[in-house]
Amino acid sequence: MIQLQKTHQVPALSVENLSVTFKTRKGLVTAINDVSFHVNPGEVLGVVGESGSGKSVTGLAAMGLIDPPGRISGGRVALEGRDIAGIGDKAMRGLRGSRIAMIFQDPISTLNPVLRIDTQIMEAITAHEKISPAAARVRAIEALRAVGIPSPESRLEAYPHQFSGGMRQRVAIAIALLHRPAVLIADEPTTALDVTIQAQILGEVQKLAAENGTALVWITHDLSVVAGLADRIAVMYAGRIVESGTVAEVLTAPRHHYTAGLIASVPSRNRRGQPLAQIPGSTPNLANMPSGCAFHPRCPAKTEICSAELPPILHDPSGRFLRCHHPRQEA
Amino acid sequence: MIAYLIRRLGQSVLVLFTMAVLVFFAVFALGSPVDMLASPDADQAERAALAVRFGLDKSLPVQFATFIGNALHGDLGASFVYGKSALAVIGERLPATIELAVLALVFSVLIGVPLGVIAGLRPNSIAGRAIMSTSIFGFSLPNFWIGLMLILFFAVYLGWLPAGGRGPTTNVLGMELSIFSVEGWRHLILPALTLALYKASLVVRLCEAGTREIITQEYIRFARAKGLSRFRIIRLHLLKNMMIPVVTILGMEFGAMIAFTVVIETVFAYPGMGKLLIESINRLDRPVVVAYLMVTTVIFVVINLIVDFLYVALDPRVRLSGPNE
Amino acid sequence: MSEITPTTPLTLPPVAKGERLLLRQVRDLVASPEAAIGLAVLITLVAIALLAPLIAPQNPYDLMQLDIMDNMLPPGSALGNGATAWLGTDDQGRDMLSTIMYGMRVSLGVGIASVLIASVIGALIGVLSAYIGGRFDALIMRIVDLQLSFPSILIALVLLTVFGRGLDKVVLSLVFVQWAYYARTVRASALVEKNKDYIAAARCLEMPQWRILVRHMLPNCIPPLIVVSTVQVAHAITLESTLSYLGVGVPVTQPSLGMLIATGYSFLLSGNYWISTYPGIALVLIVVSINLVGDRLRAVLNPRFTH
Repeated sequence: MIQLQKTHQVPALSVENLSVTFKTRKGLVTAINDVSFHVNPGEVLGVVGESGSGKSVTGLAAMGLIDPPGRISGGRVALEGRDIAGIGDKAMRGLRGSRIAMIFQDPISTLNPVLRIDTQIMEAITAHEKISPAAARVRAIEALRAVGIPSPESRLEAYPHQFSGGMRQRVAIAIALLHRPAVLIADEPTTALDVTIQAQILGEVQKLAAENGTALVWITHDLSVVAGLADRIAVMYAGRIVESGTVAEVLTAPRHHYTAGLIASVPSRNRRGQPLAQIPGSTPNLANMPSGCAFHPRCPAKTEICSAELPPILHDPSGRFLRCHHPRQEA
Repeated sequence: MIAYLIRRLGQSVLVLFTMAVLVFFAVFALGSPVDMLASPDADQAERAALAVRFGLDKSLPVQFATFIGNALHGDLGASFVYGKSALAVIGERLPATIELAVLALVFSVLIGVPLGVIAGLRPNSIAGRAIMSTSIFGFSLPNFWIGLMLILFFAVYLGWLPAGGRGPTTNVLGMELSIFSVEGWRHLILPALTLALYKASLVVRLCEAGTREIITQEYIRFARAKGLSRFRIIRLHLLKNMMIPVVTILGMEFGAMIAFTVVIETVFAYPGMGKLLIESINRLDRPVVVAYLMVTTVIFVVINLIVDFLYVALDPRVRLSGPNE
Repeated sequence: MSEITPTTPLTLPPVAKGERLLLRQVRDLVASPEAAIGLAVLITLVAIALLAPLIAPQNPYDLMQLDIMDNMLPPGSALGNGATAWLGTDDQGRDMLSTIMYGMRVSLGVGIASVLIASVIGALIGVLSAYIGGRFDALIMRIVDLQLSFPSILIALVLLTVFGRGLDKVVLSLVFVQWAYYARTVRASALVEKNKDYIAAARCLEMPQWRILVRHMLPNCIPPLIVVSTVQVAHAITLESTLSYLGVGVPVTQPSLGMLIATGYSFLLSGNYWISTYPGIALVLIVVSINLVGDRLRAVLNPRFTH
């Protein structure tokens, strides 16, 4: 693998106008529509959205893991400046796990239950490097130690079910970071874990990614997770990014009404005693998307134009991005 | 683990005893073998002598107690037809049947697993649909008729293969086996394929369902995210998970396969213990029928134990926590 | 997507939806081309079997209509009386087409009768087992397990050896080897139903026990029972033909398809293929068409299988 010159101009991962459609009985369903974002080396991007907003599909599309009946119907994915959306499965396989890696939500089912841990780590090493089994073993032990698994030598021979959920997720993270990838996509890896473990793992991933210069794309439905972790945030709703910007900008001064609703519905110490705000209604069905701005049926500021036309993209000179007819005024 | 083993063995003994009781009374109802043994012009005295010689004059409970007592010593009586131990008669035919059934089992795995995986990976492709539709035929077709049609085509019409019988045998560890000669294979291939057909379809369906379920699992997605080759994912991650139900079902079905050799051996005039059973039923050779049923029961019980162990060996979740619960 | 389903304390049994549901299921059934073809073939074959005495070219078991000079004629030959034997004749000079039509009557009759009887017995045992529970349930299920662990061909073979030949005896042994399937199937779905709210409600209303069983639990076990029974008819027919092939099934005077195939076996090696082949094809058509319908029924009646 040729290591590309890393400069500030070349993002680790950049996605431009990406669309993914799924063929279903009821016709073509667009899971993500015209999604664009980028993440620079060492940077952390939080992708926030409810389930069904297309955030997981975005991650899978970047990995080239969209299977039929789904397909990438448009747009570009560039990994370290190189277009990877149509490079073919074989070339993509060489990049997966080495330059771009991913960890998933459910630690219980992320590891194969009938294979030993060493098998599952070592195969990930030998898939990308010509290396002796003994050397691969040493690497595997180092990797487990790096994610804080005690006595890794003996744990190598265990099976996944002998590990707790948190430990399994650590193993998965160790595997994902084996080859110091340029990008790590984390699809809600801490959602299924206890809160204390969550915090530990969050911290560890952040640390390891920073050490390796790995760009992190953290997918979550939980705003409070990205608040402390990410540099920038992209908020997704119904397959589109509706707002993005730096954490400070987006969280303190949300301009999209959906973002504002999300922030208001996060339980917080400052508002103890007040009823938690809710966004009325529910996420639209992808097969039956509202016209115009997909958020309009739930939006407090909707007017006629909202159901008629897709809002234009508003670009801020600072890099802030917004898709709304009636943006909230900055307070 | 040991407690589990003992319990399983206890269950096995119970099954064997139940079978012994059922078999004995079923066969007792078959009719008196004296009618068949005695020559047509034999008088009462001669018939009575025959009955005494085979213990048929005693009361039913006494006969049953004798039967169980002898069975525990490995004596299931002497064949009325062959004049020697019924177990020995079965024993002579056992290798032929085992050979046939094992070969059929191998065929059904070799045919069924690849086809099932292909159909599972590409459920909407033409190949996938064709495989699944064909498997319905494999399920439905009456085995004995398929055997006949294969004989008609390969033996009568093409003349490539013999219509029946068994090839020359070689003695291996005291077993007469025919798989070591070309002629032996020529005799085995049609009956084994016929016997394998149903199980192969079963394996196809199992593997298709298994593949479709397993490839949606997150660990397969994670394996792909690691950049593993398609081949490795299928060979290791998919097959190893799928083998658990396949081995379990095939193990249970191996017993049915041995039972079904009764039909296949009759069709192909193959001298195994299945054909022997049909002959013995027709000749009212009661001890051989009893011996056959007891031997197959023992085989079933042993197979079930082996399957249990294999299951434990294949699934680390069961192996390490123990199947006690 | 994330709609909240209203929780009603008293869900009505799903069978109450009535005829429109049935109609939709029939339409779903024939929506698959395989099942539609299977159903058409099956209906045709059943009609032929029912009407055999009216439409068969001859009555193959009326000795007056047979001419031994017509024996072993290949398909398409002219008979002594001027008619054509489209599928040839057997060693007694019987027209194979007529023999097959009559044979289908026996095969279908035995298969369907055994399934009907076995499913009623099995369903009752299964529902009782689920309803009573406890030791009774454990005992019944132990017996079911024991029986199902032995191959049905072996059990039927031993039973028929004991009983002797005869249509009634074949049906009896087929019932004996099948009841356990139904008992297990019905018990499984009855257990699911038993824990549903409407059964508890019916109990609270102090309905008589038999009423709860017959009016509420049993009807909801019907869909899986239908699926199993349909496929089981094919199994029963195959099993019967195999037993008859082995010479322990139906009597010689009422040959089923299996027995016709067995008769032809001795002539097969000399190249007179038709006596075994054509009854076999009829058998395959019956069994495959039943399985095609059964496969689709499983998908239609069980929402878990629809994709």
